[in-house]
Amino acid sequence: MATAFSAPKFAAQPFTTISPTSQHKPLKIPTAASPFLGSTRKLLRLSSSSQLNLRRRSSGSVFAVSDVVKEKKPTPIPSLLITKEEGLELYEDMVLGRSFEDMCAQMYYRGKMFGFVHLYNGQEAVSTGFIKLLKQQDSVVSTYRDHVHALSKGVPARAVMSELFGKTTGCCRGQGGSMHMFSSEHNLIGGFAFIGEGIPVATGAAFTSKYKREVLKEADCDHVTLAFFGDGTCNNGQFFECLNMAALWKLPIVFVVENNLWAIGMSHLRATSDPQIYKKGPAFGMPGVHVDGMDVLKVREVAKEAIARARRGEGPTLVECETYRFRGHSLADPDELRDPTEKAHYAARDPITALKKYLIENNLSGEAELKAIDKKIDELLEDAVEFADESPLPPRSQLLENVFADPKGFGIGPDGRYRCEDPKFTQGTAHV
Amino acid sequence: MLATASQRILGQSFQNIRPAVSVLRSYSSAAKQITVRDALNSALDEEMSADPKVFLMGEEVGEYQGAYKITKGLLEKYGPERVLDTPITEAGFTGIGVGAAYYGLKPVVEFMTFNFSMQAIDHIINSAAKSNYMSAGQISVPIVFRGPNGAAAGVGAQHSQCYASWYASCPGLKVLSPYNSEDARGLLKAAIRDPDPVVFLENELLYGESFSVSDEVLDSSFCLPIGKAKIEREGKDVTITAFSKMVGYALKAAEMLEKDGIYAEVINLRSIRPLDRSTINASVRKTNRLITVEEGFPQHGVGAEICASVVEESFAYLDAPVERIAGADVPMPYAANLERLAVPQIEDIVRAAKRACYRSVPLAATA
Repeated sequence: MATAFSAPKFAAQPFTTISPTSQHKPLKIPTAASPFLGSTRKLLRLSSSSQLNLRRRSSGSVFAVSDVVKEKKPTPIPSLLITKEEGLELYEDMVLGRSFEDMCAQMYYRGKMFGFVHLYNGQEAVSTGFIKLLKQQDSVVSTYRDHVHALSKGVPARAVMSELFGKTTGCCRGQGGSMHMFSSEHNLIGGFAFIGEGIPVATGAAFTSKYKREVLKEADCDHVTLAFFGDGTCNNGQFFECLNMAALWKLPIVFVVENNLWAIGMSHLRATSDPQIYKKGPAFGMPGVHVDGMDVLKVREVAKEAIARARRGEGPTLVECETYRFRGHSLADPDELRDPTEKAHYAARDPITALKKYLIENNLSGEAELKAIDKKIDELLEDAVEFADESPLPPRSQLLENVFADPKGFGIGPDGRYRCEDPKFTQGTAHV
Repeated sequence: MLATASQRILGQSFQNIRPAVSVLRSYSSAAKQITVRDALNSALDEEMSADPKVFLMGEEVGEYQGAYKITKGLLEKYGPERVLDTPITEAGFTGIGVGAAYYGLKPVVEFMTFNFSMQAIDHIINSAAKSNYMSAGQISVPIVFRGPNGAAAGVGAQHSQCYASWYASCPGLKVLSPYNSEDARGLLKAAIRDPDPVVFLENELLYGESFSVSDEVLDSSFCLPIGKAKIEREGKDVTITAFSKMVGYALKAAEMLEKDGIYAEVINLRSIRPLDRSTINASVRKTNRLITVEEGFPQHGVGAEICASVVEESFAYLDAPVERIAGADVPMPYAANLERLAVPQIEDIVRAAKRACYRSVPLAATA
């Protein structure tokens, strides 16, 4: 079972090829120079040849993938995709995510943060593009790379930073850590270290939304759940089990694949028989969409449709966002396997720079305003770090708390009464 | 069709009739006899009708009426939105149950046997048991995982393992194991009402056994406390602890021992986690000898924990070493005679009790 740590040693291999899949037209074998799954246009060319196959296999009501992608293909835009306010909101959120993660790296190397820390640099467009369209009651389920999902969902930077420092003022009082961010107020339900673990939980949250509407008769309950996970997870059994059940029961969920092409040091191409993940959607009876995950506006457009679909009760969608992480898998990962040319290619498509360029070119904002936002975020983060630094460590009595919601689960104390009736219960009844 | 339907309705409302109504009394002068299966079914029925957030999920729980007929009649009564037949996806549907429990629903997830829970154990431990702690109390998981546990008859190695010690070692879970109908009803109702994840280990061979229950047990608000064991039979010479099917064996062993002048105290653990250490220790302090009986594998088993607990708290009171009776340290064989050797028998308990009381007995079973 994959867990979140990087192997200390692995044979370095050049970033190349695998043999083409048997039935389809051979995949364009990516070399270092050309972009892998570079753009939606390339995919259209690939999938149009196998479109007939898809149509024959899938039922009438299922969209063949290329249909959906075609509708979303950006044609020369007559009007703008976002307003100024939306643009600034997106910019601020992405800058917050990026600066926060950079600050995490700094703090880690200074020894303030410890354990496993997985940073999200480069993937901000996916988090911002999707989560900023949600309401407070919608849920987000993430993996161990969850800091930025937490921030986008509204968890204060102070709470996240304290949690990373292991202080009692953190969003989980220091008991969860980097990989286990939970916030019931903001409906962020994890934070899971095992890959694929969050997907069934997200499906359950979506199930609850439907159950509340249909069985408990809360007529206006149209909460949507987003499940974020990576390319490696798409080979995991739980992923397929949930695609099946979500489509079977038409649950209001969007499965968002953050395909950053690497699972620690395992290239997506080396691990997957058919690397085009969005195609797995129609196999289960839901639309599968591929989108350029380095462009927040494109992600937002796709997200709007997927979330609206779920809210209307039409069922799940599988969205594959092609994105990239600029840093290693975690702060302990030396990141030796990835080709520098590949990294440079994606660095040139930095989502924040792209959005900045868009805002300026379309006269939605100016340099000064954006720099002011940058400064504001820097100050916010310095304040967060200071707050986290000054916060106290959890007290000893916190060790035994919150194992159960019902402390009677601690059972019966030496005096024969339930431990929770002991007035000194929360001070720690065991000898720690 | 109509006749059977009305029979079913009568059968179900039977348990809901309050003791004050004289109709019940006219049937039997003593207490009622119900099977463990009916006890579980009635408990599920009552909890589902009391709280619309309770729903069932599992393989064959709906149209098939339950693989062991525990959920019989519930699909007709509550509909397919509340009794869900799932595909064969333990990891998936267990995780869905946990996700639903995060948001306040109360799923009762059935595993056809607990052996299949190994495919879902990631969700039972990592997302159910640990969530309340990891989120510092923000997210509790009021879920019940239930199903038959332990050996059945001739089902082979992969269908016969006892999971009591595995789940009971994990903080964040409550683990219950009923023996008779009263236990089954009371503990299942307590488990469903409990706001934490509960692993409810039943036993396939007990499903068909009838036990007499008092009218109090049949009341729809009857509940047993989690974390308290029951002294099924009082004694003064040796304490025998057991859970699930082994309680029946221990009681029979106690009867046989009585003929030899040894009065055994039989404790039905009911709750494996939290373990009722005070009841066990009080009993050992009274009798000074302890036998632990379980069906599962001996190493790191429930008996090992009880032994350690007694040594820690009541060492001075022990007059003989604690004896553990457990299943054989092998995967369950298929051949009937080998299977008999691999599971504790009543004679094993009797011999161990006599050894603890310093009677001379042969160590191994005679063929």
